[in-house]
Amino acid sequence: MNDMTAPDFTLATPQTEPFVRVEDLRVKFVSRDATVRAVNGISFDLERGKVLCVIGESGSGKSVMMRSLLRLHPKNRTVIEGTMRVGDHDIAGVSDRAMIDLRGSLISMVFQEPMTALDPLYTVGDQIAETVRRHEGVSKEAAWARALELLDLVRVPSPERRLKAYPHELSGGLRQRVVIAMALSCRPSLLLADEPTTALDASVQIQILVLLRKIQREMGMSMIFVTHDLGVAAQIADQVAVMYAGRIIEYGEARDVLLSPQHPYTQAMLASTAKDQDRDVPLEAIAGNPPDLRALPDGCSFAPRCKYAGPDCTLTMPPPITDAWGHMARCFKVGIGPAGKLRFDAKIAEPV
Amino acid sequence: MALPVSSPQATASDPRDRGGPAQPLLIVEAMRKYFPIRAGLLNRQVAEVKAVDDVSFFVIKGETLGIVGESGCGKSTLARLLMHLIPKDQGQLVLDGDLVGEARGVLLNDLRRSLQMVFQDSSSSLNPRLPIEQSIAYGPKVQGASGKSAKAQARALMEKVGLNPNLFGQRYPHELSGGQKQRVNIARALALDPRLLILDEAVSALDKSVEAQVLNLLADLKRQLNLTYIFISHDLHVVRYISDRVLVMYLGQVVEIGPVEAIYDDPKHPYTQALLACRLSMDPEARVDAAPLAGDPPSPVSPPSGCRFHTRCPFVEEVCKAKAPALGDVLKLDPGQHLAACHMVHPGSGHSRAAASAALH
Ligand SMILES: Nc1ncnc2c1ncn2[C@@H]1O[C@H](COP(=O)(O)OP(=O)(O)OP(=O)(O)O)[C@@H](O)[C@H]1O
Ligand SMILES: Nc1ncnc2c1ncn2[C@@H]1O[C@H](COP(=O)(O)OP(=O)(O)OP(=O)(O)O)[C@@H](O)[C@H]1O
Ligand code: SF4
Ligand code: SF4
Ligand SMILES: [Mg+2]
Ligand SMILES: [Mg+2]
Repeated sequence: MNDMTAPDFTLATPQTEPFVRVEDLRVKFVSRDATVRAVNGISFDLERGKVLCVIGESGSGKSVMMRSLLRLHPKNRTVIEGTMRVGDHDIAGVSDRAMIDLRGSLISMVFQEPMTALDPLYTVGDQIAETVRRHEGVSKEAAWARALELLDLVRVPSPERRLKAYPHELSGGLRQRVVIAMALSCRPSLLLADEPTTALDASVQIQILVLLRKIQREMGMSMIFVTHDLGVAAQIADQVAVMYAGRIIEYGEARDVLLSPQHPYTQAMLASTAKDQDRDVPLEAIAGNPPDLRALPDGCSFAPRCKYAGPDCTLTMPPPITDAWGHMARCFKVGIGPAGKLRFDAKIAEPV
Repeated sequence: MALPVSSPQATASDPRDRGGPAQPLLIVEAMRKYFPIRAGLLNRQVAEVKAVDDVSFFVIKGETLGIVGESGCGKSTLARLLMHLIPKDQGQLVLDGDLVGEARGVLLNDLRRSLQMVFQDSSSSLNPRLPIEQSIAYGPKVQGASGKSAKAQARALMEKVGLNPNLFGQRYPHELSGGQKQRVNIARALALDPRLLILDEAVSALDKSVEAQVLNLLADLKRQLNLTYIFISHDLHVVRYISDRVLVMYLGQVVEIGPVEAIYDDPKHPYTQALLACRLSMDPEARVDAAPLAGDPPSPVSPPSGCRFHTRCPFVEEVCKAKAPALGDVLKLDPGQHLAACHMVHPGSGHSRAAASAALH
């Protein structure tokens, strides 16, 4: 057992100011008949050049959190609270004008649905060149040359021909590479990648992961990478955050979260994958439905679906418990085990 | 080993059944689609994308046929051809024994009802101005159901796909997450009571716990509604779990087809072997630094001579460049057969690794 190894204190106490700091971020969508609480108090730090993977089920607020970092929500119906700092910039505080300049150059995003990022009426080359021109004010020829270079960077085969193609003429995988090329066009310091490999086949997925990892290292870029594929997270993440109902319920080094998850939700999620499952046996899907974000229950949001839930899990919100390796979980039945490691124990009683 | 695929009792009681349990639900014969590439002032055709190039296979009643292959190999184009969403250049479709689109065969309308598709891009296939309950009720209404019964049907379908109709019925697509939208799409596809559902990356946008629910859901729906699936996915773990048989495509062609165990435990084609090596481990220490499939797929505009995989194959020999390997008699109606289009598996092909007299079984 590696329980005996001494804690790595360089992980537990970062000396440098983190490049990204999000503190108690809350996002709600207000309409006449309801308030949807999509993000409910998220805090994390991300160092320069590191990759944070955010995993969590559909509707848990991953995309909403990402869009907040670019301030892409409709202003009149969205309430954003908390602080978001990227480099020297206070994202919540900068003017709309300044935000427009920061998009693409400081923070750039690869969206979940590649078609929404591409205009069907313009060729791929025109769209990349236009993005480059808008931000860097270079000549048309220079922008076009850069577009070619970018397609080459993301390894689109026959890039010259593809520059002249319309989005619908490309297969899903090629489109996603084009979208990544566009996101990289102005050399961002922080790349937000919202499920960038979800629509891709396995072989290209590996290529894109290897590619993103390489570009990210070379550019010293930080990255927040949303995925629901734990295998993808294992490939690319330095740290992993697991979201549930708009909160981070488990966080830590990729190895800790993926190989020894402690929160019941993370454990259930890992158990439900189709990988190596018997074909005739139904998968161990997590029972029940995700919570209604318009009427979140008190206490632990996972309680209605948790097989370990006690009567008091719904009274108060479980506080974060963190071990010396920075592994954190929010569950009443998680404590610090004998070797100092975070540990789930069904016998721990919830508070009364 | 007995295959779980063609269980006769599954179709015996289906009033829609015409050809009997042994008749494949769908036979696809020599299907071809080349997309023209136009250029110049006169917009003349200068070349063609060979998106689907002479593809044949059959789908047994009640089975799930998985289709895998790299991006751009023609899976979605093939699906669209089956759905008659785009015109084919060549080929035939036989639905439960009847030729589709011919004077005395199946009418296109019947085909469109019998075959439904759930698309890759979940958001673009929903009308942004319709609440989702109405979106789902749309199909039955067009088919003549009353407003009231279409609505009831829509709500029942939402329940079936795990969306609470009271919570979600009145929401618009933009108010849903990607996964929620995909369940709406499945509900919509089911609304017309299809026999064959083509699922094109239908669970790819779902997180694992919901994916498990949807996969269980698809298994339940299949039993309840007597469905047959064509399941297109890049997730090789999911394809193994859900499929009875697997078809592997490369550059517009079928390179291997067979029962799922045969394909996964004993892949014959080097492409299938490489593809399977792309499955990701859950261990952050076991990271890959180089993709198992080196290089990019060649352009489908001018595919390589001979075996289309020869530019990336570790076993390539002269015969591979000169001669295209045959897949074999893919329309011989034996669901247990395992075929691969590679010279190494064909005795006497001239490849040094080809056995003298061994045969696939
Ligand atoms: N503009 C909006 N108005 C109202 N509700 C919204 C809006 N955008 C998102 N939501 C809701 O907020 C919740 C979080 O959505 P989000 O898109 O962040 O989910 P996600 O974690 O990215 O899911 P997926 O994995 O399916 O993409 C969902 O319940 C969604 O329905
Ligand atoms: N309308 C079109 N015009 C021209 N070429 C097209 C068109 N539609 C598809 N293609 C080309 O046909 C080939 C097959 O595309 P298809 O979308 O079928 O691939 P796919 O296997 O579904 O890929 P993915 O896994 O990325 O979805 C690709 O080279 C694509 O660029
Ligand atoms: S706090 Fe209680 S309900 Fe929540 S995850 Fe832990 S045991 Fe389950
Ligand atoms: S025919 Fe030759 S090139 Fe093609 S897969 Fe087989 S060994 Fe490789
Ligand atoms: Mg999302
Ligand atoms: Mg496709």
